[in-house]
Amino acid sequence: MPKEPVAVVGIGQTKHVAARGDVSIAGLVREAAVRALADAELGWADIDAVVIGKAPDFFEGVMMPELYLADALGAVGKPMLRVHTAGSVGGSTALVAANLVSARVHRTVLTLAFEKQSESNAMWGLSLPVPFQQPLLAGAGGFFAPHVRAYMRRTGAPDGIGSLVAYKDRRNALKNPYAHLHEHDLTLEKVQASPMLWDPIRYSETCPSSDGACAMILTDRTGAARSPRPPAWVHGGAMRSEPTLFAGKDFVSPRAGRDCAADVYRQSGITDPRREIDAVEMYVPFSWYEPMWLENLGFAEEGEGWKLTEAGVTELDGDLPVNPSGGVLSTNPIGASGMIRFAEAALQVRGGAGEHQVDGARRALGHAYGGGAQFFSMWLVGDTPPAT
Amino acid sequence: MSVTPPPEVLRAPLVVEFPFTRSLGPVQSAFLTGLRERTVLGVRAEGGRVLVPPVEYDPGTAAELRDLVEVGTTGTVTTWAWNPEPRRGQPLATPFAWVLVRLDGADTALLHALDAPGPEAVRTGLRVRVRWAGERSGAITDIACFEPYDSAADTEPATDARDHDGAFEDPVTGIVAPARLDYTYSPGRAQTRYLHALAERRTVGERCPSCAKVYVPPRGACPTCGVATTDRVEVGPRGTVTTFCIVNIKAKNLDIEVPYVYAHIALDGAGLALHGRIAGIPYDQVRMGLRVEPVWSEDGRYPDHYRPCGEPDADYDTYKELL
Repeated sequence: MPKEPVAVVGIGQTKHVAARGDVSIAGLVREAAVRALADAELGWADIDAVVIGKAPDFFEGVMMPELYLADALGAVGKPMLRVHTAGSVGGSTALVAANLVSARVHRTVLTLAFEKQSESNAMWGLSLPVPFQQPLLAGAGGFFAPHVRAYMRRTGAPDGIGSLVAYKDRRNALKNPYAHLHEHDLTLEKVQASPMLWDPIRYSETCPSSDGACAMILTDRTGAARSPRPPAWVHGGAMRSEPTLFAGKDFVSPRAGRDCAADVYRQSGITDPRREIDAVEMYVPFSWYEPMWLENLGFAEEGEGWKLTEAGVTELDGDLPVNPSGGVLSTNPIGASGMIRFAEAALQVRGGAGEHQVDGARRALGHAYGGGAQFFSMWLVGDTPPAT
Repeated sequence: MSVTPPPEVLRAPLVVEFPFTRSLGPVQSAFLTGLRERTVLGVRAEGGRVLVPPVEYDPGTAAELRDLVEVGTTGTVTTWAWNPEPRRGQPLATPFAWVLVRLDGADTALLHALDAPGPEAVRTGLRVRVRWAGERSGAITDIACFEPYDSAADTEPATDARDHDGAFEDPVTGIVAPARLDYTYSPGRAQTRYLHALAERRTVGERCPSCAKVYVPPRGACPTCGVATTDRVEVGPRGTVTTFCIVNIKAKNLDIEVPYVYAHIALDGAGLALHGRIAGIPYDQVRMGLRVEPVWSEDGRYPDHYRPCGEPDADYDTYKELL
């Protein structure tokens, strides 16, 4: 029996901000879920199961928050699952939900991811002082900056590429009402002049810390036929993992990322991603990761990714828009960030992205990674049902 | 290879402690502020049931709940368990009963502590009342505990829940919830061997019998091949800076002046780079390929930093797989 096609019929996000002091965690996730239900014109009774994701429990210090969130998400009497794959969790969570529909376990699933970073301390949660071990000397950016330098050395990319990405993403965010950073006065010169935190990474080339949630309603063909708005159809989805550290690990272009993308393209019948994909929402927490992932995901040959960025190909009006929503560089509720990528890809093919809509987008890729480039999750969505 | 008993495996306490903050939202804010004002609030669920403590969303229907009510400060024990040895952070320092108390006017029970002389003094159906804390801040601990009381002398009828707008002056909108976990940490045999060698200022990795890569620090197994590492191999002491960044922001609890260089260093013979600080050279002269050697401090368990050793830079091709 072929798999059931999976459709995205509802999307909801909170307005992402630095601190949502007015709501509890339950209130935050509720807001996104209610908006997704409203978008799909469905009620709690229409949901068969809930799949929720977030980053480590240590971030907010609520152990197994899914237990306490069951009431807020209408999960009482239904299956509720929690997914955890570090920063990629928003993507993995959506894929677990999609698999439940595609395997015909459930017909309509609410999937949601969140983070309330203002009530957590991610830096502390990720770097507990382990006895006998030398403390990490450099902080989060310091972990990634050497990989950026390695990329520059390997490809000969000029210094300014990271600033181009940051400026582009922050301008795109101005067109996205849900984005956290709305820096109206930002100029390329200001990005280039911002302090060098972890050379070669500048302040303006790093992501913010956000409170936010993102929810989607996934359903089968019957559910999609009743959808009041155009659905996005899942054409392919995959996850891959590899150890954070091992002899031969390629931090610049991890094999797990390459293999994950290849699997998604194979499922989707994509042979030339650069030409066949109309928009990409990729997980870029530090601006230099855009050219790095362009290569890792097969949009450019090795060493050529930065040339696409430099030529403006990844601009909103370019040939291959990357992060029309403003991306992680403009909004980063960690656990939700992957799902926002997946949801924004779906918005593009539904034609529902508003001011940051890519004209005529028919196929879009959502990408997430996390845990020291350890976990990868991706999906490809289209405006028509997949061939069965 | 001769079989030698492993050196005694290291162990040390690991305390994980952090003061988390919580935004309360409208319902919990009213509940905790009410406790500060000696008022216990519940919420009316769909169908009229009164839930104490209140919740934001109906456990049955998922509807948003906002109709607050005030309930009594007396109630009935619905079930209990005796706690003979209270631990740090629990409501009472002397033995007490954990109780579920259905306050008068409520349909659900609240978990708290009951101050009683012994388990023989506790029973389901016991009438109890709130003992308020002297200092109240808007927290569940504003109820110090419950205490038994003589309901025969109680001429008041059982309280009904009364509507309450939940409004108080200077409402509590957030709380701090300190969390603490106590572990005993052991780095395991391979790391213990590594640490013992470091104490002699030698860096000893372990080789995978399958792919022949040398892991530094060793973990006892090769993560790629999934087999135990066998031969111990001394690496270094010299190595090559494979990549790095210049840190310009001061990290908390780290006594290093910025800017400094944080580098990946492939020790000679190692299958992957480890991380360390580069000094003994101006930060802006550090480069990929720089040859370095460790500098040990008197009491340090690890090299304090690495410094240039004066050799010519390594060729990129010799370390490009070790970034």
